[in-house]
Amino acid sequence: MTTPKPILYSYFRSSCSWRVRIVLAHKSIDYEYRPIHLLKKEQISIMEYLEETYPQNPLLPKEPLLRAKVREICEVIGSGIQPLQNLSVLQKIGDEKMEWGHYYINKGFFALEQLLAGCAGKYSVGDQVTLADCCLVPQVYNANRFKVDMSQFPIISRIHEALNSVEAFKAAQPSNQPDCPEDLK
Amino acid sequence: MTTPKPILYSYFRSSCSWRVRIVLAHKSIDYEYRPIHLLKKEQVSDEYTKVNPMGQVPALIVEDKMLTQSISIMEYLEETYPQNPLLPKEPLLRAKVREICEVIGSGIQPLQNLSVLQKIGDEKMEWGHYYINKGFFALEQLLAGCAGKYSVGDQVTLADCCLVPQVYNANRWILSLLCKKKDRNYGSV
Repeated sequence: MTTPKPILYSYFRSSCSWRVRIVLAHKSIDYEYRPIHLLKKEQISIMEYLEETYPQNPLLPKEPLLRAKVREICEVIGSGIQPLQNLSVLQKIGDEKMEWGHYYINKGFFALEQLLAGCAGKYSVGDQVTLADCCLVPQVYNANRFKVDMSQFPIISRIHEALNSVEAFKAAQPSNQPDCPEDLK
Repeated sequence: MTTPKPILYSYFRSSCSWRVRIVLAHKSIDYEYRPIHLLKKEQVSDEYTKVNPMGQVPALIVEDKMLTQSISIMEYLEETYPQNPLLPKEPLLRAKVREICEVIGSGIQPLQNLSVLQKIGDEKMEWGHYYINKGFFALEQLLAGCAGKYSVGDQVTLADCCLVPQVYNANRWILSLLCKKKDRNYGSV
């Protein structure tokens, strides 16, 4: 009896779903995509689970301090930035939501840029793609939506550009998902 | 040559610092405690922002390297001090522990931390109460499916290290809201 393939509930533009899609693509994990309109599910724990159960194309280094650095970046994005500009919070903020979202992404990216100055190589942590990169790309997409001036963040920008030519990242792009509306492709 | 002991930058009532303190105590790790007083804005001093550019606590110095972000610090301690483990062995249970950490660490705490409350202004008490309440409804449902004696099964895990400080915050919030309604100044952080 074969193990059924994993099912991913995802929204094409949700940065949380997007991170998981990158991991699935990077590890060539066959899965069933079920579009859902904005279901908030804890995503970093899902990425860690996939990393532990599908060890091919690892996304965490072996060395503990480097692993900590990857997780630190995931947490800066996943706890320090994303929750403060997700849809439900913006709806609560109301009219000032653009300024609010812009403020928190900008603030978080200043801190992230400094962090990356100490650990980035070709990608966020050294020269191999890691979970940190899976979190970074969707957050840069959001930064652009909130009109953050990315010229302030040369390291983030450089890494983002390098990642956009990696196959797994291309596959996970919102525009390549089945639920992406035609006018946003 | 002995390895210097880790240094923890912490505020006594910061729930993120508290999570890390629980892990350090649970594993009997000897460390140096350096207080950062949030109300005196020591976290945004030039000296401290060199340690942690986000200007937050906790920060852990190990082998001259600085680690920030509480959950990644806890995972590092779990990997490098394997005694008294705080993660189960089975992958789905590990995922459940991490899910709970994330519900609290991403879903609740960032929305009621000091800097966000300062930005919200006058409605901060209602805001904080709203997000803790909302998050706890989600957490309660999660726990219904996995809790034993503790959050996940019958052994203490990283999830429990996140839960206790968050409940403390929830209780302070309720008390503060009650005091506000009675025009009493309970204080903030």
